[in-house]
Amino acid sequence: MIRRVPPTEPFEVERHLSKNEALHGIHPDDTYLKPGRIPHIWCPGCGLGVVLNAYIQALKAREIPQDRASVISGIGCTGRAAGYLNMDTYHTTHGRAIPFATGLSLIRPELSVTVLSGDGDLFAIGGNHLIHAARRNVNVKVICVNNFNYGMTGGQSAPTTPLEARTSTTPYGNVEHPFNLVSLAAASGAVYVARWTAFHARFLVESISEAFMKPGFTFIEVITPCPTGYNRPNKLGAGLDMMKLFREKSEIHHGLDPNEAELDLKRRIVVGKFVDLEKPTFADGYEKLMNGDPKRA
Amino acid sequence: MNNGAVLTGEHFLNGDVACAEGALAAGCNFFAGYPITPATEVAERMSRRLPKTGGIYIQMEDEIASMAAILGASWGGAKAMTSTSGPGFSLMMENIGLGMMTETPCVLVNIMRAGPSTGLPTLVGQADVMQARWGSHGDYGVIAISPASVQEMFDLTIEAFNLSEQYRQPVFILSDEVVGHMYEKLVIPPAERIHRIERRKPEKRPDEYVPFMGEEDLVPPMACAGEGYRVHVTGLTHDEMGYPHMFHTTQERLVRRLVDKIRLNADKIIRLESDFMEDAKVVVIAYGCVSRSAREAVERARSKGLKVGMLRLITVWPFPTKKLRELAGRVETFIIPEINYGQVAYEVERCAGDRAEIVQVGIMGGTVHSPEDIYDVIEEFAQ
Repeated sequence: MIRRVPPTEPFEVERHLSKNEALHGIHPDDTYLKPGRIPHIWCPGCGLGVVLNAYIQALKAREIPQDRASVISGIGCTGRAAGYLNMDTYHTTHGRAIPFATGLSLIRPELSVTVLSGDGDLFAIGGNHLIHAARRNVNVKVICVNNFNYGMTGGQSAPTTPLEARTSTTPYGNVEHPFNLVSLAAASGAVYVARWTAFHARFLVESISEAFMKPGFTFIEVITPCPTGYNRPNKLGAGLDMMKLFREKSEIHHGLDPNEAELDLKRRIVVGKFVDLEKPTFADGYEKLMNGDPKRA
Repeated sequence: MNNGAVLTGEHFLNGDVACAEGALAAGCNFFAGYPITPATEVAERMSRRLPKTGGIYIQMEDEIASMAAILGASWGGAKAMTSTSGPGFSLMMENIGLGMMTETPCVLVNIMRAGPSTGLPTLVGQADVMQARWGSHGDYGVIAISPASVQEMFDLTIEAFNLSEQYRQPVFILSDEVVGHMYEKLVIPPAERIHRIERRKPEKRPDEYVPFMGEEDLVPPMACAGEGYRVHVTGLTHDEMGYPHMFHTTQERLVRRLVDKIRLNADKIIRLESDFMEDAKVVVIAYGCVSRSAREAVERARSKGLKVGMLRLITVWPFPTKKLRELAGRVETFIIPEINYGQVAYEVERCAGDRAEIVQVGIMGGTVHSPEDIYDVIEEFAQ
């Protein structure tokens, strides 16, 4: 028989339960953050704080109670966002936040289920799940933070990395064409599609709160700076320089065909709401067949 | 439960359908799956029955998504299930790991066919036994049940749900194509006679609740979404509060508990069927469809006066290590017929060492041993 030596360091429950640190509660929105979880892990100049705050402001705007909301994320820098929010949050496997959210949303339709994840998570490893969730029109709100690279692992190329851009795995420049995320989401059947940048904080809050009210699969892309991973090899400066770039290059074109929604940091960044339509959700259709003719069962 | 979920009465059904009915009788209200031979009939039955019993059925884009969806549904409070076969089981490994790490109750049915890869889609195999034990990366404890009849597909699916709720983790039904596709009589008891174990809920207030602190049996009570506990659930190594904590000390406590909650409760989980063991010098160990041929071979050998016993593994995992060690002292030969190249035989060897002769009667897939195949080996060693 194998003898297994027991562990020596027990968990100090009392210390952790009393971790409602002195600083927690100073800011009025602290109630939306789990006590003791801040400081976050993100780099200075990262856009993720803006996105997290926009989500909280949208919840407040719609008066959605924390216990009626849930955030699911995948893996990566954005994947860590879920863990800071004071609600039921699920940090799942790489790319699988959307199918996890599909299960949760279908069984608990009264919950506002949001997937908050990155471009690599949602469009590379999770691309198939995203297009199918959009096709089914499950009631999941997707906020996709696009920083053009894999930040968590140190700045590798992603399906959103622009042609010729430099990353740690495209040292001679990227030879692959990037996805246009809003176009892909729209083509897959999303009922609400928008793109903003971290600079457009107020528009973003408005957009997320619109999505909250929209039954079905909604998709919001947020372009953010990644000063550590993407900006450095591409000589784009600090987070603030990127925010200035967003201000300079962005053009708002509501209602534009998402295929035409250009995203070129050197030329122009087209932002706005591109799709807003009505379509029965998966749950709508399912409810009908639940109550349908019992003879056909 | 009078929503039509329990089809009390006598039926003539196949194993896959019986499995689906067992799930419904256990209270399953969420199924996500992807078509695959020879497990498709489970999904088809669920797609027909769930909408009419108030549950959700969804066909996902692949098995990765199916597994993710049942975990999500389970955190929404559902009793959730998926079914698949080898290639899908391989794809599910990633989120099986998430289910183990986040301690999410659910049931995963694997109707085994012959592999590797696409193998023999329509024909039987039993070569996923070790994959069920070790398939996802990292250490965790496993419960896998192997039904051998249509009735057991029903009964043991209920058992799988009960174990998954009790030990808060994914539980496997490790069945096979023969049992899945065979038609037999199935008796479904009245709903009130079906024993159901429900999820253990926290009794503490949210501000006192420590979501990943195991109780006496090492299993923590589970707060689901929308119940006001505001739990963070992560596949990262997490402390008892559920928060990521990248230290070896936390990893140590967490992973030891995940393994130990099965290891230390193994005696309560393990189910064996043993016959003719008192004076047996030769013992046949079998599970699933092969145990049916094995039983006939053993009975025939007994009728000819051979001192042969039969041990049927109802739970393949956790493995009955204690029982096998005990037997190894007095049994001379273990005969293990199985449809693989020696997976349970490997475990028997681990337990018995050199104290008994170990004879694996392997078929690489596609067919079941006939009773004669097994009888001939018994005769050779029991004379």
